[in-house]
Amino acid sequence: MIEVNKDNFEDEVLNAQGVVMVDWWGPKCERCMELMPHVEELASKYRDKIKFCSVNTSGNRRLAISQKVLGLPAIIFYQNGQKIDEISGQEIEPEDIEAKIKQYAQ
Amino acid sequence: MEQVYDLLILGGGPAGLAAGMYGARARMKTAIIEKGKPGGQAATTEELENYPGFGRGTTGPRLTQAMADHAISFGAEFIKDTIVSLDLKSSPKRVVGKKGEYLGKAIIYALGAQPRMLNIPGEGKLRGKGVSYCATCDADLFEELDVVVVGSGDAAIEEAEYLSKFAESVSIIVIHDEGKVDANQVSFERAKQNPKLKWIWNSIVKSINGDELVESITLKNIKTGEESIYPINGVFIFIGTVPITNLLDGQIELNPQGYIITDNKMATSLEGVFAAGDVRDKYLRQVVTAASDGAIAAVAAEKYVHETELWDKEVINAAKPVLVVYYNPTDMAGTEKVGIVDRFVRDNYEHFSLVKVDATRNELVSRRYQIDINDLPKLHLFENGEVKQELPIDENKLMALLNSVSRR
Repeated sequence: MIEVNKDNFEDEVLNAQGVVMVDWWGPKCERCMELMPHVEELASKYRDKIKFCSVNTSGNRRLAISQKVLGLPAIIFYQNGQKIDEISGQEIEPEDIEAKIKQYAQ
Repeated sequence: MEQVYDLLILGGGPAGLAAGMYGARARMKTAIIEKGKPGGQAATTEELENYPGFGRGTTGPRLTQAMADHAISFGAEFIKDTIVSLDLKSSPKRVVGKKGEYLGKAIIYALGAQPRMLNIPGEGKLRGKGVSYCATCDADLFEELDVVVVGSGDAAIEEAEYLSKFAESVSIIVIHDEGKVDANQVSFERAKQNPKLKWIWNSIVKSINGDELVESITLKNIKTGEESIYPINGVFIFIGTVPITNLLDGQIELNPQGYIITDNKMATSLEGVFAAGDVRDKYLRQVVTAASDGAIAAVAAEKYVHETELWDKEVINAAKPVLVVYYNPTDMAGTEKVGIVDRFVRDNYEHFSLVKVDATRNELVSRRYQIDINDLPKLHLFENGEVKQELPIDENKLMALLNSVSRR
């Protein structure tokens, strides 16, 4: 999983080949912290299929807003610089994330 | 054979954690089932300064983590699972989760409450896009932005204060007349001194507007009927909570608002099922009262488990017919009558066994067999685990019973 910030978001996510999943999180977001180990597990399981990045929104607030992220946790899928899908909110479960990954894993 | 817990606690908020600590400390085999991290709603409350002994500077996540550690230190087990259904009437009681099934002799239902929604246009669509129910989770995303808080209760006012540390401005939308809020006066007085807080009185939110992110809200002044568009980046909604009881499926009694009705020992309408915390019909929903509920529920559940085991062994599964005499130990005349039964069983021990129940203390039995403690002593004949008949406490009647039994 690649830790992305405002300086390399464009290179790592928007200009990347194939599908990129970005896990938007924040240190105050309890649900994000809970999901994190699961997301990391999924990232290693599907590493050959999809690129996995994460953004700590604290310190990258403007980047978050530019990507329309105003609630955590948010899992957003990008392809060719475009947002193609997203799931967000306190209720998301690791299974929901995996289902989306499977959908985009080639 | 699946393992059976003495005590299964549903929900890992302050009520469940306190119950887990008390239950495990009383050496009951105790498990807490929680889908996420322990702490419940309290874990999403950043500033928590009214838990006794833990003043300014206490945070919800830290306090509830300490509660969880405390429960674990006495041997409570944590099961991370999402509950999908409950069979509370079976024995033992059965809890079905996504990952497995769990059996418990007693259940403490402590699933709490969740934020109430406004149910207005745009709210669902813009959730996570500027609409939030959790200031702790999302506040820092709103740095330099303008937000509104909807509501005027304790949570609304306290979370507005917290938001003001991040947001450029926080406008509090209050349905009441100017100067009137639902929150406690201490919080309100402090909030009034905060220059970042603005107050919008006599108003409700009609809709939340925006395509991809919140752009504005439509406000309505309930005095004048006037509607206006108020540009804003974030909408934080704190208009109370709704109890999480959808899993109960009518198995236990709720009040008209959907909260679980209990007695002062946290017992619900169903034997062996206790409720604790915000999900319960109660006067004050705070971390301290949730913890208190949990402690009471665990002690009551322990007594229930103990009484059930004893009753099953001595009465329900007894080989011989059992004469059960219910009495009140402070009633002298009554206890003398108990002596009649005592002597009768001693003389006829090959046919009967005797169980004496202090009906003023044994809640399980008094409740299950509807024993009126103002009408004691009372005598029941049990056979094959069931009440065969109620008998008057009288030597002649007992002799007649003996004749009918020995003739079989």
